[in-house]
Amino acid sequence: MDTIQSILNAMVREAVSPQTAAVAIAVIGLNIHFGFTGLLNIGQSAFMLLGAYGFAISITHGLPLVVAVLIGLAAAFVFALVLGMPTLKLRGDYLAIVTISAAEIIRYVGRSVGYDWLLKLTHGAQGIPGSQYRGPFTDLSPFGDGNTTILSFSYHDVAGGAAWVTILGLLLVAGLIAAMVLASRRLSGRIRPAAIIALSILTLLLVLFLAPVTGQNTGVRGWWFTVVTWVLVGISTVVVLLLVKSPWGRLLKGIREDEDAIRSLGKNVFAIKMQALIIGGLFGALGGIMFVLPATVQPDSMGRSLTFFCYTALLLGGAASIFGPVLGSLLFFVGRAFIISASNAYVPDSVLSTDKTAQFAFVVIGVALMLLVIFRPQGILGDKRELRFNV
Amino acid sequence: MSESTVTPAGMADPAARRELTSGFTAEPGTAKPDPILVVDTIVRQFGGMTAVDVGHLEVQRGLITALIGPNGAGKTTFFNLVTGFDRPTSARSGAHWSFDGVKLDKTSASSVARAGMVRTFQLTKALSRMTVMDNMMLGAQHQAGENLMKALFSPVWRAQEREIEVKAKDLLDRFSLLEKKDDYAGSLSGGQRKLLEMARALMSDPKMIMLDEPMAGVNPALTQSLLGHIQSLRDDGMTVLFVEHDMHVVRHISDWVVVMAEGRLVAEGTADTVMSNPAVIDAYLGAHHDTDLGDDELLSDDKLQEIAEEVAAEEAEREAEGEKS
Repeated sequence: MDTIQSILNAMVREAVSPQTAAVAIAVIGLNIHFGFTGLLNIGQSAFMLLGAYGFAISITHGLPLVVAVLIGLAAAFVFALVLGMPTLKLRGDYLAIVTISAAEIIRYVGRSVGYDWLLKLTHGAQGIPGSQYRGPFTDLSPFGDGNTTILSFSYHDVAGGAAWVTILGLLLVAGLIAAMVLASRRLSGRIRPAAIIALSILTLLLVLFLAPVTGQNTGVRGWWFTVVTWVLVGISTVVVLLLVKSPWGRLLKGIREDEDAIRSLGKNVFAIKMQALIIGGLFGALGGIMFVLPATVQPDSMGRSLTFFCYTALLLGGAASIFGPVLGSLLFFVGRAFIISASNAYVPDSVLSTDKTAQFAFVVIGVALMLLVIFRPQGILGDKRELRFNV
Repeated sequence: MSESTVTPAGMADPAARRELTSGFTAEPGTAKPDPILVVDTIVRQFGGMTAVDVGHLEVQRGLITALIGPNGAGKTTFFNLVTGFDRPTSARSGAHWSFDGVKLDKTSASSVARAGMVRTFQLTKALSRMTVMDNMMLGAQHQAGENLMKALFSPVWRAQEREIEVKAKDLLDRFSLLEKKDDYAGSLSGGQRKLLEMARALMSDPKMIMLDEPMAGVNPALTQSLLGHIQSLRDDGMTVLFVEHDMHVVRHISDWVVVMAEGRLVAEGTADTVMSNPAVIDAYLGAHHDTDLGDDELLSDDKLQEIAEEVAAEEAEREAEGEKS
């Protein structure tokens, strides 16, 4: 029972982690590119890295927090312009080639040691340690010092934390998720979102009851970081929702379907694609800033693999859906935590040593992604009809 | 549609149209009293092959003009050039075309559409993974909500959105697609997609609509209603230029016919005069279409010699012409 409890705890810790939320913001941006506009951007990590560099370097040079964030966003803005100008008039594949190589260029410039002035800015492959730029953000925290456990009422308090409480709770969680799926299929109108929101809040509370998380109020990876990042995820989702439901969002989908048709209707396709590239890139930069706040600005931690994590999360949750990116990122990181801790606990060391479980998790995720694309290409929340008529 | 009417009375009266077209001389590149589209020296070469070489063409306002020609005559390429989807090879050496008095030499496909000349495509470009209604709404021009800055604030564009919706429903009703409005465009039949594309083009209140093979793949019953729609557009004062292979259709609705072959204009005229024009028959059937190949007389050496000479002379003539231009 204790192993199950520790696996559960590891999963919930990963779910509320600010870095999960930060990746979710970047995936929201990628969804604008790939899901709605059909731009194949394989360099989302470069937008994140540029945002992070712009932010961290500005703060280490004594600029205020707000200005630093703006500089991080501006870096991504310029990057989007430079990438988009030559490629957006060409076919989509060219953007893919250019973005992946540009992302590598940014990463290699960041880790290069050839020039002294550059090394002083980026600190090469070691990166800028978080302690150098985290200060102004931590100082803003209204939460004070000390630790807080979310849900003070937890499984310990019922029947002395007996095993059947946890098992019953897990069954209930499964039941709630099933109810949510039913609600999204059967209900319609205004009740549907209300029911889904109510059920997900209930699930969240139950999960926290089963695995209470304790964390510092303000420290690195503490509640201040978590709350701010998840609030930003919420704001980004609302902004995307408003944009996508507007005539501008309709244009994006039109461009995804057929550029020439949109051109024949008198719309400036290039400008709209550029706007989409910039907006998605800005979300990427914001995600990058939040991603490095509890960590370090290390170019190698934001390379190709991060871009592909973003794509996995996006496809998992459902491209071209509003909540898909958030759900996808959650499932991606929680699933990874589950595979790592479960194989640590149950697979004997002679078969899979503890330090290999992280790699093993990626193998499992890769296979899962392949199965997903083959059997449920629209992801969890995507609309199947949007994929069916792909002639 | 009445806002877009250019000639107040329109060209609804068949007698008036006949009188008007009888005034045109039936030769390629002839001048017309009130041309809405004027094209000069448009050449498009793909490598060594000249796909389009049009010296001068005028399209009369308010009429239905058909552009016909055998396969590979360059009709669709010509459409692409005029609507800005392709650039003429002669772009720097004298290619000019103007629409309704506005020069279009250097403009992009989207500004051609904004000027009021909207086209449809031979292979329909219905936006399959969007609903029929969304397809229609995209056609409307000057939408405030398509501006990124305003898109976030729905009160700014809500009212305009409703107006466009009413207009879209009107048009869908006219093209009998209204009950399909919430279906995905990908689920429509080929003919219905043609209708949708035409209706979508009309959302932008064009002055001239260019239809690339509107009847291809459409069943005969639907063809009748499509023809009716095209005629009613003309009666509302719109100019129509369309490419078509079906001669019955051309004869039935067109007021004026332009014939292309091997990239050039070979004839112009009313449907009847054009179809009896020897140049047109040659273009479609070949110069020796009335010679019986089974005739043994053809196998005599004299006759073969004669044909060989004829071919050589024709080739020499073509080469001389090529050097000239």
